[in-house]
Amino acid sequence: MGRRHAGTHAVLAIGAALMVIPFAWEFLTSVKTLSSATKVPPRLVPDWRWSNYGRVFELLPFGDQFLNTVLMTLGRTAGQLLFCSMAAYAFARLRFPGRNLIFGVFLSVLMVPPPLFIIPQYEIMAKLGWLNSLQALIVPGLFSAFGVFLLRQFFLGLPKELDEAARLDGASPLRIYWSVMLPLAKPGLLALAILTILWSWNDLFWPLVVNTDPEKMTLSAGLAALQGQFQTDYPVLMAGSLLASLPVIAIFVVMQRHFIEGITLSGNKG
Amino acid sequence: MAIVVAALLNRRRLRGVSVYRTLFFLPVVTMPVAVAMVWRWLYNGEYGLINYVLSLVGIDGPHWIADPSTALYALAAVGVWTTLGYNLVIFLAGMQAIPREYYEAAAIDGAGPVAQFREVTLPLLSPSIFFVSVISVIGSLQLFDLVYVIGGSGQSARNNPAYPRIQTVVALFYDKAFYTNDRGYAAAIVMALLLLIVVLTAVQFRLQKRWVHYG
Repeated sequence: MGRRHAGTHAVLAIGAALMVIPFAWEFLTSVKTLSSATKVPPRLVPDWRWSNYGRVFELLPFGDQFLNTVLMTLGRTAGQLLFCSMAAYAFARLRFPGRNLIFGVFLSVLMVPPPLFIIPQYEIMAKLGWLNSLQALIVPGLFSAFGVFLLRQFFLGLPKELDEAARLDGASPLRIYWSVMLPLAKPGLLALAILTILWSWNDLFWPLVVNTDPEKMTLSAGLAALQGQFQTDYPVLMAGSLLASLPVIAIFVVMQRHFIEGITLSGNKG
Repeated sequence: MAIVVAALLNRRRLRGVSVYRTLFFLPVVTMPVAVAMVWRWLYNGEYGLINYVLSLVGIDGPHWIADPSTALYALAAVGVWTTLGYNLVIFLAGMQAIPREYYEAAAIDGAGPVAQFREVTLPLLSPSIFFVSVISVIGSLQLFDLVYVIGGSGQSARNNPAYPRIQTVVALFYDKAFYTNDRGYAAAIVMALLLLIVVLTAVQFRLQKRWVHYG
């Protein structure tokens, strides 16, 4: 038994190394000078040139872009949690004419590839005069058919007796939604929040298209622009990409059990 | 590949499962733009780490993403690298739902680890495999971020000889809609994409009756 596990560990360790080496190399390169990064053969020991990180702030309005990304992520996540849970509650518990038909339409939207919405949404933003604004980043992401579907499945799994008891006590649907359903749905809400954070922070296409002023960009679009200009300054590019991806990696490491549960939850129901 | 790793992780009494799972999952949560930049550097023909490692065993590596004959495979490898952890987690959850008794019964019947994997794990895991294959097809058809950063866009894409080999549907859509401003053409591209996804998904659902077993 012990020897068989040794073989398993060896294979897994090689796999894990393949996952981690790119990150390690990214970090080592980010603290090298350009001339030492392009040495052949490559040098393992860097020259600890932390000023590459400072360069990122000089070349990009990194602080602005960081703030934009944080606000976009928070705004979208708050919106998704509120609006999707309201719609999901209605679909799971309220009776109204056309409920199944409307829900069917929602489901069919899930099948549509997101790029299909880009042109119409872009035109709407342009007409509203919202190009290069924070609301252009947030508003189209406040709501999603996916979030409604995920939470509806979750609400359907909750015992009906609780909200019936609340109704007999005279609670309004809004009150049942807020005081009974939402507290019970915490794991589902957490899963949706995690998926929205991940999707928003890493989103490229939409931010790239709507916000073209460097000060209004998000980190992913800013980073792509940085690469477009400084194709070969790899140490600075590595420093920038590490800085931009670190916040979500940190959240993942702290909350990894919830991350993985949330993603399996959506996987098994999606 | 993800199935094999999941099977290894699913072994009884294996220590450190959560550490491995975390490490394999790391690329899934990393910003794709950052991932693409790191791989562009690793793939670099002259100074890249990959070609250096290859040179140690006497192989003169190609320019990977700048070489039309290797660019597509190089891109696909990054795609696998970033999605492995996600698929792994789905498979692992599916495997943990398979009752231990099945394996014990198979072992009594004389099945070794490989036969157990083939006769017990794979059939019972088929719903998860089906889900992952549907999701992967849809995801690959919509790949954009990696191509945008690795291949370039606009003029730099036009200057890149390997670009036609790695341009995806959504990258073409971006180019038409926001670089050459041919919105009508771009809209037609995404409608075709929608059609393609619907057809491929329908085919997969049709074929699933032949190989997917629902317990």
